[in-house]
Amino acid sequence: MSTPIDNPITRIRVEVNGSTLTRDVECRKHLVDFLREDCGLKGSHLGCEHGVCGACTVRMDGQIVRGCLVLAAQADGHRIETVETPTPSPRLKALQDAFIEHNALQCGYCTPGMLMAALDLVERRPEANREQVREWMSGNYCRCTGYQAIVDAVCSVLDQQRAGRFVAGAAEAA
Amino acid sequence: MKSPAFDYIRATSPQHVFELLARHGDAMRVLAGGQTLLATLNMRLSSPELVVDIGALDSLRGIAVQGGSLRIGALTRHVEIEESPLVAQHAPLLAMAAPHIAHRAIRNLGTIGGTLAYADPAAEWPACVLALGGTLVLQSSGGERRVAADDYFLGLYSTARQDDELLAAVELPLIVADERHHFDELARRHGDYAVAGLAARARVAGGVLSGLRLAFLSLGDRPLRAPAAEAVLMAGPLTDARLAEADAALRAELDPFADLTHSAAAKKQLAATLMRRAVKALTSETT
Repeated sequence: MSTPIDNPITRIRVEVNGSTLTRDVECRKHLVDFLREDCGLKGSHLGCEHGVCGACTVRMDGQIVRGCLVLAAQADGHRIETVETPTPSPRLKALQDAFIEHNALQCGYCTPGMLMAALDLVERRPEANREQVREWMSGNYCRCTGYQAIVDAVCSVLDQQRAGRFVAGAAEAA
Repeated sequence: MKSPAFDYIRATSPQHVFELLARHGDAMRVLAGGQTLLATLNMRLSSPELVVDIGALDSLRGIAVQGGSLRIGALTRHVEIEESPLVAQHAPLLAMAAPHIAHRAIRNLGTIGGTLAYADPAAEWPACVLALGGTLVLQSSGGERRVAADDYFLGLYSTARQDDELLAAVELPLIVADERHHFDELARRHGDYAVAGLAARARVAGGVLSGLRLAFLSLGDRPLRAPAAEAVLMAGPLTDARLAEADAALRAELDPFADLTHSAAAKKQLAATLMRRAVKALTSETT
């Protein structure tokens, strides 16, 4: 059994999906273990736990990061968004719908990370073509689908965006 | 896997880091962007007693033209370099190399200082800084010193930085009118470690190269210059015979070790291919 002496604790204050939380966490604990174990948010997954697979992708201060390569302690004072945000943006909702429509998941383990990476792409690279989608998403591994359906889903949301679906006032029509 | 236990301190000033370095020595690790350190902690390849987070030290951040060179603070993130107009204008080599570094989520946190301090021979920034003849700025409680890139990379994960020093910045010469840059690497998938890579800069006049600096990555225990091949390539017009001579010189001076997927001979072949492509790109009018 570990004691605070051999397993140091630090206090953090972090905004998670819009709520500000104050928690005592082990210094060694990474962000996704904090989200899953201390916040009860099981949406962010751990595949490889050394930054290769992308299943842990979340946003910190609006930028996607590998949740397994950030200490919870580093998130002190920062803003975290996960796939289970209570107020999903129209783009995130459209991606979720497109993943279902295109069968872009089988087991679903990689899906939260895929969605967070794809959301960043849709927001930052609205003109991305299929090849650029493949390159952007290459940081996220899927062992079921062979990626074609995932790329199809992301491209379809980019098409919807270029057709004006997400401009203000168009949400109702969609 | 989960990291072993350690204590964590968020440093409040460079002086604070120097005091901690003096007190804890090798039992502590400096955390910059954490994109390598966190992976090694999670895999239990590293087990420090203390991790000191320098992420709040804003004096180590930022990109500026200063005293005739481009100064990039150690905590500057890969993505900031990738998108910087100053970098694109004054040191385009770095803008060319940045997209090759891992993936967006990692470039959002990883820092140039962390990469240069860690000195992985497969990393992009060490080769770029070596190709440009940059200068590393090292700070300690005793003050500041500058080390040329040629003298900084000493071996596998080994640099001229002393245990009591913090890498504060890198300074790069500004590109001049007839200077050209080129970066390319060969990897099995985008974002993987390169099997071979090359950062190159040269001045080009009348189809002849001068001031050529080639810096290969993933071909040895550190980023490597190729002085014999450089000398051949600068000796006159780039005829087929000269390119063949440079090719032979390069193969003679490189001594790569094999990795899991590529023999030493294959790596030499890839290096030679990269060099030919670099020469073509450096001398083409459009670059």
